[in-house]
Amino acid sequence: MAADEAAALGRRLVRAERRARLRAFALVAPLLGFLAFTFAAPLASMLWRAVADPELGAALPRTGPLLRAWDGRGMPGETIFATAAAELAHAAQDKAAGLLAKRLNYEEPGYRTLILKTANRLSPPFADGPRAAMEAIDPRWGERPIWLAMRRAAAPVTGFYLLAALDLQQGEDGIAAVPAERAIFRIVLWRTLGIAAATTAACLALGFPVALLLARAPPRRAGLLMLLVLLPFWTPLLVRIAAWIVLLQEHGVINDTLTGIGLTGQPLPLLYSRSAVLIAMTHVLLPYMILPLYSVMRAIPPVYLRAAASLGAPPFAAFRRVFLPQCLPGIGAGSLLVFILAIGYYITPALVGGAADQMISSQIAFYTIGTANWGMAAALSAVLLIATLILYAAYARLAGTGGLRLG
Amino acid sequence: MKYLRPFAALFAALALAPGARAEGLTVVSWGGAYQKAQTEIYFEPFAKATGVKLVQDSWDGGIGILRSKVEAGSPAWDVVQVESEELQVGCEEGVFEKLDWARIGGRDAYLPAAVNPCGVGAILYNFVLAYDADKIKDGPKTWADFFNTAKWPGKRALRKGPKTNLEIALMADGVPPSQVYKTLATPAGVDRAFAALDRIKPQLVWWEAGAQPPQLLASGEVAMASAYNGRIAAANKANQRHFQMVWTGSLYTLDSWVILKGSKNTDAAYKFLAFAGEAKNQAKLPPLIPYGVTNKQAGGLIPAALLQELPTSPQHLDESLHIDDAFWTENIDRLNQRFNAWVGK
Repeated sequence: MAADEAAALGRRLVRAERRARLRAFALVAPLLGFLAFTFAAPLASMLWRAVADPELGAALPRTGPLLRAWDGRGMPGETIFATAAAELAHAAQDKAAGLLAKRLNYEEPGYRTLILKTANRLSPPFADGPRAAMEAIDPRWGERPIWLAMRRAAAPVTGFYLLAALDLQQGEDGIAAVPAERAIFRIVLWRTLGIAAATTAACLALGFPVALLLARAPPRRAGLLMLLVLLPFWTPLLVRIAAWIVLLQEHGVINDTLTGIGLTGQPLPLLYSRSAVLIAMTHVLLPYMILPLYSVMRAIPPVYLRAAASLGAPPFAAFRRVFLPQCLPGIGAGSLLVFILAIGYYITPALVGGAADQMISSQIAFYTIGTANWGMAAALSAVLLIATLILYAAYARLAGTGGLRLG
Repeated sequence: MKYLRPFAALFAALALAPGARAEGLTVVSWGGAYQKAQTEIYFEPFAKATGVKLVQDSWDGGIGILRSKVEAGSPAWDVVQVESEELQVGCEEGVFEKLDWARIGGRDAYLPAAVNPCGVGAILYNFVLAYDADKIKDGPKTWADFFNTAKWPGKRALRKGPKTNLEIALMADGVPPSQVYKTLATPAGVDRAFAALDRIKPQLVWWEAGAQPPQLLASGEVAMASAYNGRIAAANKANQRHFQMVWTGSLYTLDSWVILKGSKNTDAAYKFLAFAGEAKNQAKLPPLIPYGVTNKQAGGLIPAALLQELPTSPQHLDESLHIDDAFWTENIDRLNQRFNAWVGK
């Protein structure tokens, strides 16, 4: 019957479509697996480390919940003293006490020794009770600050690192700015965004005419010009930076030339400066601007400009009202690419910049390599990630997602 | 080629990149002239005597590297020479193996300061004020002179980080050595140290690897530097330099050998520590690079004239200040942040 046949056909069609979808998924599955393993998982682990606070729970598993239940007013009760004393004495045996000491020392210098000293000296049973035993080792156990710090560290998650990454801290009466002499991260974040924006602007200013030339040149010459753009792109990063050091250093090629022809008496301090960072970063990132611009410009038919001219538009008006609007996707893509690559730069500022030209990656490197303070490193990375996402969202809002084309 | 001179720092940074995982015992020290001397008297003779394949690496310090290597499990490094503050922090956090002293000659064989549950002292050394006598005739005598850029113009090199620099700044500002840590323990004292550093901030250059100060002095890039005493002496000997050291107000401390927790080569590591701890082997170090050694018997095997030059000579101990590890383990987090904030503004 016709209806039955139609239904059977429909079923076969659905099955065939499902098979095709499965096959398509199987083709991209390795990539998805690769991305999940190399990108999504580390990112999730990084974000988790920015808020994770496991040290107190590991060293004092039973004291933690008691501290969280305590309202933080007055002094903690005898139960907390007794549990903390018993667990501290026990924690001295393994490295958990050392890690707790490291964590609490972030809150207040001195807590490292306080914890370790107490853990090592406490030996139950306590003749005069646990509180007296702890206060006999250090009178700070009789005061509130250490208990409040421990209470803050008792929860499994903490805002401590994220606040610190924004130069904020949790005081007794709410969130407050850290003292000016220790505030650094907001300055470095703004500096990072500023350097990235300046680099993007410089790349655009230098790259636009080059892309235009590439797009307009006859094929043979365009090929040669393209090679000139790509050659530095293929050169290793360190080699290019080394070349800039040779050029810019105090007794380098530029300064030797300038002093040699008598233009300057003293060598100019070119290296280890903000301008050196901007020059080197612009040089390294320029191809990322030129290539998307070029591919967009190539797709704009030259007849449009001729049509504009034939309709009476002067050359500049034709460029501004016909050509430039069609370049916008390329400008957007190139700028976004350069900007996002630039805010993560580390090696270039480290080698050609001074201490006041370092970007946020150098702080992240300090906390990973220098001190293995994973919380701080992860929180700074999270701040950078969030700043990037906000900027991207703003860009997508302005340009519309259709405006973003990578060629 | 003179244009390539600043690449020392670049290569030093590259040398820090983790090396390929190698079979055998990996020993990590501080590079440059010091590690060259160690290779000659410890690493190569030890490999020859025991047949253990010894692989070298070098680093510029930082407890973070050790923490992350151990956290990752089966560290690629086995034996590392660490600074005293890293020794203490790492020992408390379980980053190092607790030493079995019976296997390395017993506690009594070493100076008391060289004995720690997790580490055995390797060398005693000083951070001294160094300058090139070929370029400066009437040289500086104190840290206050180091800060006097009117009388002695030119840049100054200091080790990156707060440790040693805050002490130096306070002494330059007139605090007597005996009061330095008492002053630093107060917020006003820390402010005073940073204010003093602020006065010469435009003239400051930061070094990270111990090999840099002699290079910076040799190239004329800086007029004065804080430096490890041994590196300066080694540069004088190897390159016929006339660098001078000021021992007054210099800072002395001790480096120790540790075995990283989870090392797969603890047997070979103990054999190495025993070898590097023997008096007759240690006595060969000062003639190559004048650092103090830690075996009590080693002093008797070193020529008396050379003993006078070492950080351990009574005269030098008398005029130098012992770096206070307790102060630094306590305050390093906060002061690191303050230093980073100060240097990065």
